[in-house]
Amino acid sequence: MATLIGRYAPHQADSPVLEVSDVTVRYNGTLALDGVSFRLTQGEQVAVVGPNGAGKSTLFKVIAGMLHPTHGEVKVYGHGPGGHICIAYVPQRSQVDWSFPVNVADVVMMGRIGKLGLLRWPKARDWDYVRQCLEVVGMADLADRQIGELSGGQQQRVFIARALAQEAELMLMDEPLTGLDVTSQEDIFRILEELRRRHVTVMVATHDLNQAADRFDQVMLLNHRLLGLGRPGEVFTPERLLQAYGGHMRLIQTDEGLMVLNDTCCEGSTTRHGRLA
Amino acid sequence: MDALLDLLLGPLSYPFMVRGLLAAATVGVVCATVGTYVVLRGMAFFGDALAHAILPGVAVGYLLGGGAQEPLFWWGMLTAVLTSVGIGALSKGEQIKEDTAIGVIFAGMFALGITLISTVRSYTVDLTHFLFGNVLGVSQRDLWLTAIFGGIVILVIVAFYKEFLVLSFDPILASTLRLPAGLLHYLLLVLIAIAIVVSLQTVGVALMVAMLVTPAATAYLLTRRLPTMMLTGAAIGAISAVSGLYFSYYVNVASGAAIVLVCTAIFVLAFLLAPGRGTLWKYLRWVNN
Repeated sequence: MATLIGRYAPHQADSPVLEVSDVTVRYNGTLALDGVSFRLTQGEQVAVVGPNGAGKSTLFKVIAGMLHPTHGEVKVYGHGPGGHICIAYVPQRSQVDWSFPVNVADVVMMGRIGKLGLLRWPKARDWDYVRQCLEVVGMADLADRQIGELSGGQQQRVFIARALAQEAELMLMDEPLTGLDVTSQEDIFRILEELRRRHVTVMVATHDLNQAADRFDQVMLLNHRLLGLGRPGEVFTPERLLQAYGGHMRLIQTDEGLMVLNDTCCEGSTTRHGRLA
Repeated sequence: MDALLDLLLGPLSYPFMVRGLLAAATVGVVCATVGTYVVLRGMAFFGDALAHAILPGVAVGYLLGGGAQEPLFWWGMLTAVLTSVGIGALSKGEQIKEDTAIGVIFAGMFALGITLISTVRSYTVDLTHFLFGNVLGVSQRDLWLTAIFGGIVILVIVAFYKEFLVLSFDPILASTLRLPAGLLHYLLLVLIAIAIVVSLQTVGVALMVAMLVTPAATAYLLTRRLPTMMLTGAAIGAISAVSGLYFSYYVNVASGAAIVLVCTAIFVLAFLLAPGRGTLWKYLRWVNN
């Protein structure tokens, strides 16, 4: 109802961006999240890794205020997430209807409607803002394209532009790198750098342990319980990884470091190989 | 040229034909506008079911009013709004799947309607009107009701354009923008219900879903943005309604069915010939490769 009145929760300056305390979520008797607690400060970027069904999506839903935890609480800038419109969820590409009759600028404008309010139409100023957001992600030239005509990487960037248009201060990205080629992944990493400069706090769900370790200075290891949050070297220890992945992973000690072989990927049965620094 | 003009103007000398054409065109526009969301959200079955489910309400009005037309609109409206909200609430439960819930209610209500109407001895003519419409029987008062309620539906769709767009495209965004998603969903169901009641006399309950779905689906094949899809759908709806009615006048066939057949013919043409996306072009490209 908040939108109808146009009032949202204020931001308490001295509070962390995100504070998750002892969050437990139970779905029909099974435990999706078990006593998860952590806090993030402004501008932090965290890769969230864990096997399929570890509760990554559930955690994002609770943080975004779409799902109420069975126990525990989430605070964003000192208030419950339900009153905020500064939290953006960037969906997995597979969750979007790409044949929907909207173009790139339309999708980004959707992010503005919280700021616009009810019964107001976008003005030239709002379309300017949309254009700026598209420029940040390098998509301004394709503003008039129907979204189904874009490549996977471009589609992902449109949704990040929409989160920018929302003026989100906390972005939750669900597998933004999955299924993209290396060039498109680098585009996303460049945008993440820009978000860091803008002090946007970002959580990125990924199933690629090696990428998380190589490209993020903060990682979170999740398997219903929070198994670690910190620098990759501290979090990705053999004991914790085995705790998270169990029999689905093999760790091999080599001269160059720890080798991770896992088969938890969500696209077919490709086995992923890689090296942890 | 004169012959063509005569062909077009001839029927207009009958006031009932003028009223029928105006009512049909309004229905074409209103149904296609709401129908845009019916198509995009995959609610065709819901629309069909809701149209059939208002029959018992109309039947009660018919029995209580002793065959008078006046109360039918309001009884239909009451039933449609209650049923749409009822289906919305029932399908939220986890006990039963949404399409199953709709199927059960739809057939049950429809049977109840037929049972009620069949208690009147000479029921077949009136039942036929409910099922297939009677656009030439539209009175001045019916025309006003159609225009007023149709206008309300379009005004609400325009006023909540952004919100309905987000809700249909990305419910998760609607949720993180703290839009009242449940309220908007019910509002849309009620708008569909009103559009159905407004169209009752033109096409009847049995063919109603065609007016909701076919022009909007045709527009979906021809356009790439929501506002143009709505406008194109509305134009196709109005053109089909008017030309269908002319067709039924000259060939002397059932008007509601004629309107729906024209809609369907336009859809088939778009399906085959839509620029770039039509099946014919796809086939030609395939042959050339």
